Amino acid sequence: MADLGDSVGLTTTHSVQLFDPTHPLVLASGERLDEVVVAYETYGRLNADRSNAVYICHALTGDAHSAGWRPGDRRPGWWETMIGPGKAIDTNRWFVVSSNLLGGCQGSTGPSSTNPATGEPWGLDFPLLDMADFVTVHRALVAHLGITQLHAVVGGSLGGMQALQWALTYPAELTNAVVIAASSRLTAQNIAFSAVGRQAIMRDENFLGGRFASEQTNPDVGLAIARMMAHITYTSEEGFQSKFGRNPQREESFPGFGVDFAVEGYLQHQGETFLARFDALSYLYLTRVMDYFDPFAAENALAAVIEEPVRFLVVSFDSDWRFSTEHSRRIVRHLATGQLPVTFRDIRSPWGHDSFLLKIDPYLDTVRAFLESRSDYRGTSWERT
Amino acid sequence: MTQMTIRDDLRVVARHIHAGSRVLDLGCGDGELLNWLIRRRECTGSGVERQPDAVLAAIARGVPLIELDIDDELDMFAPDSYDVVVLSRTLEALFRPDLVLRQLRVIAPRIILTMPNFGLWRHRLRLLSGHMPRSRDLPYSWYETPNLHFTTLVDLEPLFAEVGLVVEKRIPLTASGRPRTFGQLAANLMASSAIYVLQRGAPTS
Repeated sequence: MADLGDSVGLTTTHSVQLFDPTHPLVLASGERLDEVVVAYETYGRLNADRSNAVYICHALTGDAHSAGWRPGDRRPGWWETMIGPGKAIDTNRWFVVSSNLLGGCQGSTGPSSTNPATGEPWGLDFPLLDMADFVTVHRALVAHLGITQLHAVVGGSLGGMQALQWALTYPAELTNAVVIAASSRLTAQNIAFSAVGRQAIMRDENFLGGRFASEQTNPDVGLAIARMMAHITYTSEEGFQSKFGRNPQREESFPGFGVDFAVEGYLQHQGETFLARFDALSYLYLTRVMDYFDPFAAENALAAVIEEPVRFLVVSFDSDWRFSTEHSRRIVRHLATGQLPVTFRDIRSPWGHDSFLLKIDPYLDTVRAFLESRSDYRGTSWERT
Repeated sequence: MTQMTIRDDLRVVARHIHAGSRVLDLGCGDGELLNWLIRRRECTGSGVERQPDAVLAAIARGVPLIELDIDDELDMFAPDSYDVVVLSRTLEALFRPDLVLRQLRVIAPRIILTMPNFGLWRHRLRLLSGHMPRSRDLPYSWYETPNLHFTTLVDLEPLFAEVGLVVEKRIPLTASGRPRTFGQLAANLMASSAIYVLQRGAPTS
């Protein structure tokens, strides 16, 4: 285990049932879930007036364990660069709540959970989800923790989309939204990459129409290929080149169709380790939510947030081609039409989409400066006469 | 309320911005002017800046800050999305000031701009002695200056007419950024810089 000096230390993942048959979760689609369990962690202390809570939304394959160490961990939480004592999201200052989202597979209810009606895993009978459903469940957790006002909701990629959705639909509940490397509308290319990943999974001979868990098997090949391909979109040509170049996998290597180059070995490792922690059905459901996310298309999309302005920080990375800077600019343009207070930075980084997880000082300094700045100015709240 | 003071030249600019205006401050630095307008004059608005330390300082103040390239990326802002655009010592550092002014004219009906005056007598003497002008308003050596364009006040004003901006007011400033005692008198010779309050009019070309 690494030095715990700048870490939140040992963490515990809690589990709470937030919806039950008497209080079911009603989804955006109108469908109901009679049982929803959520895994979450918290770091830091909630202050006396309960005003210092920061909610962390994770990306596609993240989980509730965003910082610190659990017993036996070989690596810290996925946002260790961001969250901790003295870090950009300073746990000496903020009470951080981090949960696994609905449809996930790291302790929260998802398509591989047991369907209470059948006693079998849900499989493809699990209802399709919407970004709004993630937010509904997050809000239930916030209420469960006795928090009425969040200082901020922070997320990268799919996490940033949740922060955006939350700010647009329940703006009174948060003061600040931090939307990093996200998108408000996927492009055809974005959807195409998601589609190939899903096809790899669904065409795997062990997918069995989504019933693989009941049959005690798993679409390993498809899921690993989906991960390998997605991983390429999370980095950049420059990033891959500086990390691997054309280095061979082994010193003595004979050309063939195996793992000849180091980059091939790396991708294979990424695919394999992914199998141990991620569920193929969650992959299908969560990527589909992103494909359909289009919050500014809604009629009067900005009406609520104009009434109760939220301060926005939008951040992109110049080498990100999964959600390029233009995706963030689109978010800024839409928010600006509502005269909302928006701060936007495009951070220089060679590491592509995954930059949001890395220690890039100008980026982390920006998040810190924003979160710790005076929040009293909320743009349109100084209503013009 | 905490004591808030701002730089002299910014105070002159602020005086020409109505309370409650939507303000776009291009080259806002650490957000000093916007912060004052937001907190003291109930304005709303955004700053634009690229210098990294200034960007962080503005964000830390709670001023909305948009990082973009003024020459290329002003399409971020919709037509008439602001009441007034402020350009403090920024125009001379842009690649194409004329094209930027044309875009700004669409974004807001009023523009307040500060420009250093190359025509200041001290600069003319420097040139006569064989040296490039340097002063408090133009402090850089030729090889390190961020300024791409140098103009005198008399050469600046025809550009406004060309892009469709009418001069509502011209305020010549001394080197310390205060309005000159004798205002317009021999401004092109005596002013170290000048603030222009411009209004949208019809372009001549």
